[in-house]
Amino acid sequence: MIDFEIPKPIAQQRQALQTVAENMMRPISRFYDEHEHEVPWDYINFMNMAMRAMGAGYLAPRESKKNGDEPKEKRPPIGYQSLAFMLECLSWGDVGLYLVTPGGGLGAAAVEATGTPEQKKKFLTRFSQDKPTFGAMAMTEPQAGSDTSAIRTTAVLDRATNEWVLNGEKIFVTAGHKSLELSDGLVVVWATIDPSARRAGMRPFVVEAGTPGVKVTKLEHKLGIRASDTVSIVLQDARVPFDNILGSPEVEARTTEGFRGAMATFDATRPLVAATGIGVARATLELLKELLEQQGIHIRYGLPPQKLTSIEKDFIDMEVMLRSAWLLVIKAVWMADNRKHNPLEASMSKVRAGDVVTKITQKAVEIMGPVGYSRDLLLEKWFRDAKITDIYEGTGQINRLIVARHILNYSGSELR
Amino acid sequence: MFSFEPSEEQKMLIEAINRYALNDLRLKAHDADEGKLFPSPTVEKGWELGLLQASIPEQYGGFGERSALTGALAAEEFAWGDLAGALAVMTPGLFATPILLAGSEEQKREFIPPVIEAEWLPYTAALIEPYFDFDPIELHATAVRNGAGYVLNGQKAYVPYAAEAQAMIVYASLDGTTQGFIVPAGTPGLEIGEREKLMGVNALPLYKLHLNEVRLPASRRLGEPDGHDFAPILDAARVAMAAMAVGVSRAAFEYARDYAKDREAFGVKVAQKQTIAFMLAEMATEIEAIRLLNWEAAWMLDNGKEESSKHAYLALTGAIDMAMMVTDRAVQILGGHGYIREHPVELWMRNGRGFAALTGLALV
Repeated sequence: MIDFEIPKPIAQQRQALQTVAENMMRPISRFYDEHEHEVPWDYINFMNMAMRAMGAGYLAPRESKKNGDEPKEKRPPIGYQSLAFMLECLSWGDVGLYLVTPGGGLGAAAVEATGTPEQKKKFLTRFSQDKPTFGAMAMTEPQAGSDTSAIRTTAVLDRATNEWVLNGEKIFVTAGHKSLELSDGLVVVWATIDPSARRAGMRPFVVEAGTPGVKVTKLEHKLGIRASDTVSIVLQDARVPFDNILGSPEVEARTTEGFRGAMATFDATRPLVAATGIGVARATLELLKELLEQQGIHIRYGLPPQKLTSIEKDFIDMEVMLRSAWLLVIKAVWMADNRKHNPLEASMSKVRAGDVVTKITQKAVEIMGPVGYSRDLLLEKWFRDAKITDIYEGTGQINRLIVARHILNYSGSELR
Repeated sequence: MFSFEPSEEQKMLIEAINRYALNDLRLKAHDADEGKLFPSPTVEKGWELGLLQASIPEQYGGFGERSALTGALAAEEFAWGDLAGALAVMTPGLFATPILLAGSEEQKREFIPPVIEAEWLPYTAALIEPYFDFDPIELHATAVRNGAGYVLNGQKAYVPYAAEAQAMIVYASLDGTTQGFIVPAGTPGLEIGEREKLMGVNALPLYKLHLNEVRLPASRRLGEPDGHDFAPILDAARVAMAAMAVGVSRAAFEYARDYAKDREAFGVKVAQKQTIAFMLAEMATEIEAIRLLNWEAAWMLDNGKEESSKHAYLALTGAIDMAMMVTDRAVQILGGHGYIREHPVELWMRNGRGFAALTGLALV
């Protein structure tokens, strides 16, 4: 039965998060935009406490407790839906600050999605401790962006010590500085265990803070999301225990199963990243409406377009874009919760969100003229913040490629 | 709880309509467009699928309960076959549904069963007017009180099957708000004009209509004696039209996709070119996004949610743009062949533009 009712637990959670977004994020939004690389410890410490109190942790829903003594009523799973709403709401507050929310981020999501029970226990418990702890994902390299098969970082097994030896350089690692230097966190590093095997040889490795040979070499200066650190990491003979590999240590001959399995992480994270962009765009539309109303402009819904002003038409179109993109996100995470295969829907939601949040934030600045362009308001900041939605976690173009391959039933070699 | 899975009943209905849309509407669409009419057995067959009948409660001759969402699912599927055919099949709903939504108990008992319990009969409605800024909530046609009754004056357009209609709902502005009036065929002053000649939906017989001092007793005012709220009717029209836009767009997208996978250029299928593949990816994404937007609007209507009218409006607004974008691209992907009437994409493109002008020609 088709249903659009927000599940009660999510509605309740959203109220609490809205308070956080309004009171803990908005007031410091501009400051951390203008003081790039300063760490918002007050926010981080508060969120660490609050998230623990809420039982929320990292960027992946908890597995249901396997406790046979509790004959609880079986409810439909809503973990990813809950996360999507949470991320949307926090990003409505400030997406840069949301990205420095302690809890493991994409690194923990990868461990959650592909790790063994032992690995999850070993690596994830740190994210629910007293001290704020961060996690990150290191995929991109100077020569390898969307084309992840071009990754050059290597992992060689030293059989004498049973350790993996990692060498290479990673760039654009979100929260990498906080994960490696400001907390006892971890970074999930993608490396190849067999460069001749291309994709089939690609594996994620957990690299913990304090590992010798791992160094943060650069903090980037960005267009937006400045509260969030983006770093380069150099791995020089960095040794990690054998068991830090996620997925099989064998290279399956001529298949890319290992790689595909790991890429499945993105089916879960893409709609969530889309949700963060939606939060920024919703903030933008809400403020725009308020500003227009201050000028005596009220949007007249229900009129034929011939009778609408240009501003009204723009605004209504933006609402259509935002709502329809958000529904694609919800459908994608609903599928994830219900264990339906969702790579098409995940990429669709990301394509649409990347498009609409950039359009909405750009249009809002345009509509408000000199006021919109000014740093007195947050509109121009949201314009800069929103743009990343169409870039990270797969650019709009890569996601279009994925959508196209699915609807055409083409392989990567048939549609390059 | 969110869910995007239609019920078993809805799935069965969609399947049945899909078979009809494929084997009847789609097959006959080209000739019907050129010949300006769907054969009545085809329309009758669509009517027998029982969409309208299932949305009317038993006491008025039907066997179910109205659901805008189910209606939207069905309308998409009909329109996927052919828009004109879909509108033809659903025309009696233009008469029965407003009476169900806004009529008095007496009107429901008197007027709904004859429509529902028979074969497809040309009952219809006149909402659209021949003005560039046609606005359903600010009509030019007027209804004025006259003693115990009303007098209607004005110009109407795009009235389906008006020439053979047994009765119709005529909408006019009474004291500045849109009100419906039940007008039987042959009422003095109700003058059927010439048949409309449009860019698309040619297989649907649409007529101009002139209201010249049409006098009606008070009992013919929809929801008599105090009239009715027009919003639920307009909401139903918007959701229906948006759903049909999704159906037409889906048809165009699928055709262009299959063509692109078949057609070769420079030694590969054209679908293997990113420029074509990305167009298709965006079409598919757009269709899915607007479909969900409209499902939500329909669901809100069914559940009496606040702002459901606004959402129905947003859904149709999005659907109008989607239909134009998708059908235009479908023609573009076929290139010169898309411009030739042997392929259906040019028909879908002509129909695709129609959604900006046809609100009121179907209700769910």
